[in-house]
Amino acid sequence: MSDQTTPDTGHNPLRAFVQKPWLWAYLAAGITFVATSLLAGSGAGSLLYAALTFASFSAIVGIGQMLVITLGPGNIDLSVPATMTLAATLALKFMDTQTALILPGLLVAIGIGIGCGIVNFALILILRIPPIIATLSASFLYQSLAIWSNRGLRIKPPEPLAEFASGGTLGVPNVALVGIALAVCAWLLLERAIAGRWISAIGQNLRAARLSGVPVNAVRFGIYVNSAVCAALAGFLLASFSGGANLNMGTEYMLMSIAVVVIGGSSIGGGNSNVPGIWGAALFMFLIVSMLNSYGLGAGIRLILTGLVIVGVVTLASRKGYSA
Amino acid sequence: MKTDENTGPGATAAPVVSLEQAHLSYGPVLALRGATLSISAGECVGLVGHNGAGKSTLANVINGRLTQTQGAVHHRNADPALRNSQNAQNAGIRSVFQELSLCPNLTVLENLRIPYRNMPRKGWRRVARQKMLDALDLVFPGHGIHARATVGNLTIAERQMVEIAIAFADRDREPSLVILDEPTSSLDAAIAQQLLDHIKRFCAKGGAVLFISHMMGEIFEVSTRIIVMKDGQIVDDQPASQFTRASIVDAMGHVAPDEDTSGAGRADRTLGAEVVRAANGLNARAGEIVGLAGLAGHGQAEALAQIYFDHAPKWKSARQPEVVFVAGDRARDGIMPLWSILRNLSLTTLSEFSRKVMVDRSSEADMVQTWKDRIGIRTDNLLNPILSLSGGNQQKVLFARALASSAPIVVMDDPMRGVDVGTKKDVYQMIQAEASQDRSFLWYSTETDEILECDRVFVFRAGQIAAELVGDEITEENILNASFQMQEA
Repeated sequence: MSDQTTPDTGHNPLRAFVQKPWLWAYLAAGITFVATSLLAGSGAGSLLYAALTFASFSAIVGIGQMLVITLGPGNIDLSVPATMTLAATLALKFMDTQTALILPGLLVAIGIGIGCGIVNFALILILRIPPIIATLSASFLYQSLAIWSNRGLRIKPPEPLAEFASGGTLGVPNVALVGIALAVCAWLLLERAIAGRWISAIGQNLRAARLSGVPVNAVRFGIYVNSAVCAALAGFLLASFSGGANLNMGTEYMLMSIAVVVIGGSSIGGGNSNVPGIWGAALFMFLIVSMLNSYGLGAGIRLILTGLVIVGVVTLASRKGYSA
Repeated sequence: MKTDENTGPGATAAPVVSLEQAHLSYGPVLALRGATLSISAGECVGLVGHNGAGKSTLANVINGRLTQTQGAVHHRNADPALRNSQNAQNAGIRSVFQELSLCPNLTVLENLRIPYRNMPRKGWRRVARQKMLDALDLVFPGHGIHARATVGNLTIAERQMVEIAIAFADRDREPSLVILDEPTSSLDAAIAQQLLDHIKRFCAKGGAVLFISHMMGEIFEVSTRIIVMKDGQIVDDQPASQFTRASIVDAMGHVAPDEDTSGAGRADRTLGAEVVRAANGLNARAGEIVGLAGLAGHGQAEALAQIYFDHAPKWKSARQPEVVFVAGDRARDGIMPLWSILRNLSLTTLSEFSRKVMVDRSSEADMVQTWKDRIGIRTDNLLNPILSLSGGNQQKVLFARALASSAPIVVMDDPMRGVDVGTKKDVYQMIQAEASQDRSFLWYSTETDEILECDRVFVFRAGQIAAELVGDEITEENILNASFQMQEA
């Protein structure tokens, strides 16, 4: 008795394209880009380069968060900022500015991500704590560990690593290349792999998925670990990019990781995710702030306008039959 | 366009509702093509037809939930300024839908409060509780349902009873026409009989009922008039006495079911080794069809789910699963509402037909097409959303999802809810054929016809096995005896 449209009904290619929920994120990003570069006059090229760089960090944590949110109502990873900080702090401390230890240092960061993911999911599965509480309380643990090991010092990354993180290849920032590669992997996983079907099935109806033979615990475990690894990787790159790890480096990524998922057109109710939208939303989130900056507005007004614009984009995107 | 053609006994002058050439289309799909009928007080109209014939659509046009795209719908004492749904409500039309529509997070009495417009505000819980219990006692004496129970915690049979009782309940407006869409599909025989008795009492007192069912016995027991639908049209509308079982099935467009086929495959098969044994004694051998019978809600569904969960790993996915599950409670246990028919059908077998980590999309399309033809899913595009299908066709998708797998054990939790007679016969044959290739079936059903298809039957009572019947011992009488025996002891 329902006439709602789903992504599967695309008989008319143009109509199907207009109905893509990620379109709105890119449209918004494009408009803010034009508005900013017209006003600033500092060259569209350098603005795009900066946008790609800063959007990468949001996109990487956003991809991890999106997969978690796809698992259905109640699934969210609030330990993203603390995992970023912990992984960055310990990895940079381990490398101790030595070039030879860059690769082992990356492995340390990823290992910390895996560890945080295991702790998160253990709390959710064994102690049956709701994910929102489990990941939030675990994040205090990670943050304390980071404080304890760091003791307020700012540790510098090895020189080649800092160059890599702030440099570019063929005019594209290296961190953006990493972020795009991850997005492609996530898209393949969700749209083409068996595991992607399982993730979507769990998000729509956990009990029915279980009764259809989906290995629900394995899938959920993998997704929570993946989210923590994405956060750890983003933390590692961000610390290398900005010249060192500090204790509040992850703070803004708590909301950012969720905002890019929602603006990107993924269903907050689960089951339906949207990889291209993550990048559109991440670019938009950077550009809106730089646009308001270049108009010379104060911090208060800037935050209010950012909030209003997000509400506007989400409303537009969900108008097209994609309700949460 | 004869709208005053009343044939029921006790029919009075003004019909409760009448339709003139009503059409309804869902986009390009014409679900109702030119329906003309009228229902008067005191009539019990039986409505039959195969899955997707437009029965539920007709019911929804009558109760105003859908507005006809052509033609006219007249409710008694209608005010043209109001919408159809408002007029239907004012005329006292109430509905019990095929998809249960209670709020699971509220209590039973709170669910009565929702449609009850002018309930006194002060002390409404006490009033609602009394009204609810009165209604339940009236329709289902000895029901054992607490008015303060949360609906989500009730069994599916109890939820159905609550919903029916609310429809018949004494509210601010008296019910004049109650539409029952497959009301007995999850009720056991004894409870269903209580409902049929109540329908007869209700009609004798001047109420009207539109009764939609696939169960011919029930249709003939209560109906004064029978309407047959096929492909969105009313193809026959006559007093019940003019019909026979065979003539109805003919009118619906199916080959008349052969009465003697049930259980015919039973003798031919040789059974293999025992493949399942649960703690409560439930067991099955290879190639055996094992039935779980008894009154609804006596632990059969839980026993089945337990067997499934014991054999299906939560942490890894087997290329060749040991056991697959066919859900009866579609919304809770089966359907993926955001997906297409194709994706819903292939979910269980993804890792069987795809050898690697990626989905093999051409094998998927072939497999789904094969099953669409084999089980007869009525759709022109498998990429349509699953929710565009009628209830019975959704059920076929769930059947195909499980049977497409190579799993040696198939667990079925009352899987025929809302499936029409013709498809049932096809599925029985499919099950018999699969069983002769050493597949085992564990089959919970509230319908005796289906239990008679089984090789061995466990009768459940209060969560325990009350009796085990084999071969010729499987009769309706023995099952009923076993269902009630332990109750008295």
